[in-house]
Amino acid sequence: MYLRITPTAIDADQARRELQDPESGGYASFEGWVRDHNEGREVTGLEYEAFQELAVKEGDFIVAEALRRFPVKHALCIHRVGLLGLGEMAVWVGVSSAHRGAAFDACRFIIDEVKHRLPIWKKEHYRNGDSGWVNCERCAAEPQHSHPEHRHRVAAPSK
Amino acid sequence: MSGRSIHGLVLAGGASSRMQRDKAALKYRGKTQLERAVELASRHTGKVFVSVRADQRLDSTRAQRPMIVDSVAGSGPIVGIRSALAAHPEAAWLVLACDLPFLSDAALDTLLRHRDPRRLATAYRSAHDGLPEPLCAIWEPASAAALAEYQAAGGQCPRKFLIRCDARLLDLSDPRALDNVNTPEEYARAVATLDDSAPMQLKIQYYALMREQAGRSEETLETSAATPADLYAELAARYGFTLSREQLKVAVNSEFSDWSRKLAANDAVVFIPPVAGG
Repeated sequence: MYLRITPTAIDADQARRELQDPESGGYASFEGWVRDHNEGREVTGLEYEAFQELAVKEGDFIVAEALRRFPVKHALCIHRVGLLGLGEMAVWVGVSSAHRGAAFDACRFIIDEVKHRLPIWKKEHYRNGDSGWVNCERCAAEPQHSHPEHRHRVAAPSK
Repeated sequence: MSGRSIHGLVLAGGASSRMQRDKAALKYRGKTQLERAVELASRHTGKVFVSVRADQRLDSTRAQRPMIVDSVAGSGPIVGIRSALAAHPEAAWLVLACDLPFLSDAALDTLLRHRDPRRLATAYRSAHDGLPEPLCAIWEPASAAALAEYQAAGGQCPRKFLIRCDARLLDLSDPRALDNVNTPEEYARAVATLDDSAPMQLKIQYYALMREQAGRSEETLETSAATPADLYAELAARYGFTLSREQLKVAVNSEFSDWSRKLAANDAVVFIPPVAGG
């Protein structure tokens, strides 16, 4: 399983050790953290929710695709769900490979695809007590930003 | 969606001459077509009226429902449409014929979302001849004067009227949706087809915004929705989902699916709002 979803803190050191390999001369990782602002609003915390079964399936596709496209040895992604405070790690991606270039490329590819394709949602909690689902509330409130004629391809990136 | 400013009009004043029975009273899945059309229209509009001739006012199939009785001279559906426009001049009308047993929530949902209130009407193109279908269409208030003029000049056919006016025309995603039933043979075939797609149980799971708007994270549902598109239209009408179908993806049995996939009993359906992982 290349993609895991966890309700508890991500142990990046432990995950990194899983990628170690005598044939790998390089390792690249990406960590996504909860930051204190988004689009001009003060954020106090995030809530992640996943459609677990499909997210794991789709995540495995993404990592498997990275392993095919780039000459890398191992790759793994872990996504957190539940309530997260500022500074907590929401997502971790790690890649090991013989040379650094492919590790960076594969790591970037995985995090970009994960953000667009995984059925995972986040709700931002704001300083003023308000909250909202990212990418859902604004487009619903401003229908002129949607594109009724445009149909997303099945299983294609949402943007 | 400005559903409040649109009323529904189910045309039930036809002579049903080829059927030799009242088409409004024909039953499908245990309900008369009039009941089915009124229920369907009610899920998408503010108030639904039945259009009748003056001599049908006390008819048992039609009575007990809000009615628009023909108030202008002439015959045919154009009279019913004009009478409705005259009765509520401020409202637009979702006009439905009473012989469309395959009409679905999804087809009405699409029609309403693509409505162009600056035109006189929004309608579907027939899947058979490409011409506008006037009897599953939205007629705007401004069409009243144009229809009066058209009728005064001898016109009787709402389809010809729509061809000449600048109606907004849409293509049907389900070409069968507007197949009408005129003869006893067509009725028998339609009953058989609808019975083949009898109501079934589906499991729906809701996430994130959809979960909050539905007020639940899952449910088992008895529905006759044939596709995820029909199911979404049905549930959106029930729960008032703010996201349009174009903003969503859908998964059936934990696989991304097409909106027009045929649903089977016990399928698990998940509507996927715009994602935001990472």
